[in-house]
Formats: sequence, C-alpha cells, structure tokens
Amino acid sequence: MSDDARENLPEVDAAPDLDPKPDDEVAAAVLERFAGSVFHSSHGQPVVYVGREVLAEVAAMLHDEQQFTMLVDVTAVDHLLDGERHCPAGVVPERFEVVANFLSHPRNRRLRVVCEVPADDPEVPSLTGTYPGADFAEREVYDLLGIRFRGHPDLTRILMPDDWVGHPLRKDAAPSRVPVTFKGDPSPR
Amino acid sequence: MSTQIDDESEDRLERQTTEGAQEIHGSSREVVVTGGPWPDDELGDTMIINMGPQHPSTHGVLRLMMELDSEEVVRVKPVIGYLHTGMEKTGEELTYVQGGTNVTRMDYASPLSNELVFSLAVERLLDLEVPPRAQWMRMLLVELSRMGSHLLFQATNGMDLGAVSMMLYGWREREEVLRVVEAITGLRMNNNFIRPGGLAADLPDGWQDAVLDVCEVVERGVAEYDALLSENPIWLERTVGVGVTTTQECLDLSITGPILRSTGFAWDLRKAQPYLAYDQVDFDVIYTENGDVFDRYRIRLYEILESIRIVRQCVERMPDGDYRVQDKKVTPPPRARIDESMEALIHHFKLFTEGFRVPAGETYVAIESPRGEIGCYLVSDGSGRPVRVHVRGPSFYNLQSMSPMMQGALVADAVAVISSVDPIMGEVDR
Repeated sequence: MSDDARENLPEVDAAPDLDPKPDDEVAAAVLERFAGSVFHSSHGQPVVYVGREVLAEVAAMLHDEQQFTMLVDVTAVDHLLDGERHCPAGVVPERFEVVANFLSHPRNRRLRVVCEVPADDPEVPSLTGTYPGADFAEREVYDLLGIRFRGHPDLTRILMPDDWVGHPLRKDAAPSRVPVTFKGDPSPR
Repeated sequence: MSTQIDDESEDRLERQTTEGAQEIHGSSREVVVTGGPWPDDELGDTMIINMGPQHPSTHGVLRLMMELDSEEVVRVKPVIGYLHTGMEKTGEELTYVQGGTNVTRMDYASPLSNELVFSLAVERLLDLEVPPRAQWMRMLLVELSRMGSHLLFQATNGMDLGAVSMMLYGWREREEVLRVVEAITGLRMNNNFIRPGGLAADLPDGWQDAVLDVCEVVERGVAEYDALLSENPIWLERTVGVGVTTTQECLDLSITGPILRSTGFAWDLRKAQPYLAYDQVDFDVIYTENGDVFDRYRIRLYEILESIRIVRQCVERMPDGDYRVQDKKVTPPPRARIDESMEALIHHFKLFTEGFRVPAGETYVAIESPRGEIGCYLVSDGSGRPVRVHVRGPSFYNLQSMSPMMQGALVADAVAVISSVDPIMGEVDR
C-alpha cells in the first residue's frame, strides 16, 4: 500500500483509556514502592510503566512479595516510526519499550511491566536472576532488537546467524535490501 | 480390543473438575537454562556432540549441544534459529486482514490456535465482541485442532521411542481429523479461517455427522493406543522416571501446558482464565503427579478425550446466528451483495487491499494451545498495520526445560525427552 492510500483510509477515533489511579492492588503496591512509576489500564489489563534501572527490583518484588510465580513473556517494541505514539501521561516516551508479562498462579492475575529504553543506550537489567525462564526471551530481544540485558549469563544471538550484522526487528533495519546470506559465505557488507 | 476407555483406566488418572490442585512442589536442583558461554573449560573425560539439526527425532531443525560423560548427559544447550524466517517482521508489513495468514504458519501442528489468539488480540484493540455462534465455532475448531496436534504427538512420540506402528496409527487418526477440518475450513493446515471479527465462512451442511463420526474414530484410536502402550513393559521402561521435572522448575522456566500439568500443577487457561465459551462447557483439566515422559504421554492422550467431550458439546449446543460480527469496518460484504452493489464491491476491495484501521494501543492475549500458553502481544499506532506482532510461542519457552530434564540422563533418553516436550520449530523460531 502506498503512503497516499494509507492517508485515505477513514479516520478511527483512538480513545486511549488513561487512568492514573490504579484499581489493581499489585500495581498500587509497585507504584508505592517505586517512585516515578505510572499505572495504565490497557483494555482492562493492568500495566505499570517503571524506570528501566529498577526493572529487576520490580521483578524481584513481584516474585517474592506478590506471588507472581511466572514470567510469561519478555519482548520489546521499536517505536521509531509510530504515526501516533500511545503512551500514558507521565511517561517520557523513548524509542524502545521492553515489555514483561507476569502471571500469578495462586492469585490468578496478570501484570504487565513496561519500561522505556532510549536509543542511545539500549540496556536494561536482566530478569534472569529472579526468573531463569527469561533466558531465551532476553536473548531473542537482544538478537532482534539490539537491547542488551545487563547480567544475562549468555547474551548471544539466538535466532539469527552468529555473524549477522544488525538487529532485524528494528524499524530502520531493512532486511529486504540484504541479499540472502548463508553462514560462512563472504558477507555482502 | 475395547472401543471405550474402561472405567478402570479412567481412574488411573487424577482429574480436576472445579478446584485445582495447585500445590507447588519444591525442587532442590538449581535451575539453569544454558549457563554461560560454553565450552568454556577443560573438558576432561567428557566430550561434546551435536544432535541435530538434521536428526530425525528432533522434530524439525532443533540442534542440541550435549556434553557427554560416556553415555551420560552432563549438560545440554539447545541451539535454535534454523527455521527463523522473520515472521514477526513480516507481520509488521501485513494488514490485520492478512495477519492471520502469517501467524497461522507459526505452530503448524495446531494452526487454528495461532489464528485465534491473533484474532482475539485484534478484537480486543477494536473492542469487538463476536457473536455466540462464532465463539462456539471457534471453540469447535480449536478443539479439533488440539485433537489433531495431540494425535501427531502420539505418532511422533511413538516413533521416537521405537514403537513405529504407533506412528502409523497416530497419523491415521490425525488424517481423519484433518479431513473434517478441511471440510469445514477448506484447508488441512494453515487454514486462515478464524479471522478478526469472526470466521471466514459458516459451517457446511452435514458438519454435525462428520464431526461426530471423527470423534468416534478418534475415541476408538485413543483406546487402541492406551491398550498398546500404557501397560506395555517396553514402553514403561523407556518412559517412566525419565526426564523428570518439578512444578517449581516449570514455573521458574516459564514452562506451560502439558509439561506443567504433568508435575501435579493443574493449570489450564481454559479453566483458569476462560475465553470463548469455555466456562459454559463441561470438561476436566488433566494432570498427573510424576512429571516424567510417561506422564506427559498420558496427559496428552487423555486430553484428546477431553477435547472430544468439548467437541460433542459444541455439536449439541451450537447456537444459531451470525458467524461473524456485523461491523462494516471489519466485515466484508456478503458475496451476493458484490454482484449487485458497486459500493459493496468498493468496500470489499478496500477491506482486502488496505485492511481496516485499529485504534492505537497495545494488548496481550493468551490462550491455551495444545503446547501451553500461546500469547499475542499486539501494538497498534492507529494505522492499518500493526507496529509489533509478537507471538509468545509455548514451544520456545518449553525448550528451556531440556537442560534440567536431561541432566544425568542417557543419550537414548534424550530422544524421549525431546519428544515429550513436543516442540514445534515453526513456533520456536518464527
């Protein structure tokens, strides 16, 4: 689709449901402990935006005090080309967002923790200390988006070839411009 | 050979109805997924061998680096990425209408689960609620898909452990299931039938008989597998007490699905956080206590029967009504209207070339696929294409269990462990 065609699409009203007051007790506990955190209700799901320097402490607190037994997923988003940035009030938007989904089996509830990561220093603390299951997921985020996880035991590429240059899920990476390469082939770049 | 699972064998399995047994059994082992970069030290008497990526028992292209002390596995490191085709990147280039064709190719053994989780995520961003018939149709299809997937597991698991006749039986019944799926959706795999806003088409005439027939065929098959394997001394020798894991290890390593349930932890999102109409149907969560290869085989075997229960209830209680939401923004006009109305033709053309816009926002939706929790993290910036489509593949996380399960096992048992994890590499590498 060309850019013109995209502009001609009918407008849809975006109504981000911003809610500064957490109706979620876990989110309230996180907000109380970590100053500067912001609560956001995303389509009924509790989301907490925290500073990236405290990400590991938030995970430890959820694990040790709030019975969050599993770190379901770690992923990240590159917001470089966003037309309309969707960010609750009080959060300073940065290029990258690291997103961790936590699940508590005993309390049967979920919590999503998001932290903003600037483009010039894409590094966050690793969650593998508290949740060893973050191992593969953090390697994937590092591989595809180039966000480093401080304290990860083996932060290497996991999906792309070891000698790959760049991080393909970044919005400024253009995989279609790179000819298909196989491991051991002389690099086109 | 009996055509029904007899009561006695049903009693062999612990069942959950309403209250879950969710006691966390502790673990004394330290949980390590891969450790640091290795080989890093003097190997001494041990050696490192590669299993895969072209090994027939690795279910595709999984490579395992194993450090062996004679025949004993000291440590193991899964190496993945051989099937990486950048599907999440591709997803960013496709409209929400096209997205289903992309995600359905991730877990190719139960493609309908992928379509469902993607559709649910889009619908949540759109704040859409699909009609009851669409919900029940989705449930019917996903459960048929689960039957097919678990039958595939029975086949490959049998083959990996040397019960080659099991492979033929498993494929035989799976083919029958796929035939019904084909009759309903038009395709055996990669159906793209569950779409944002509902489904692609209504159920065909005579679907009830076809579905009930296949239920009977599969039930007979399951009774056969049970008779063939569950008390077979060779089978028990290969599986009981092999690849043991505990609840705590599973929780720490984000492992879900039958592996988690095999450790005595009855957690199934269909029961715990119901979606579609799962809170209106009657089924049990199957769980066992031992956490070994045999238990994982048993759980998947009996989950087929639970799926049959759900499918039968779907046939019985399928509501009338529309199979997709009547929202002009997401629903194409009916085929007949296109012939008579220019506007309908334009509408149809715009919807399939440019798609529809989704309000800015992000959401995470999780459902229970045959392999565990499959989740879709979807980010929209208000345009016609998503900013990010991330699929949390259960197999990707489940592969992390290889290391704790294989420590101290024999190489031959490693094959049994890989097989019991039931990884689908398309979903692992995406």
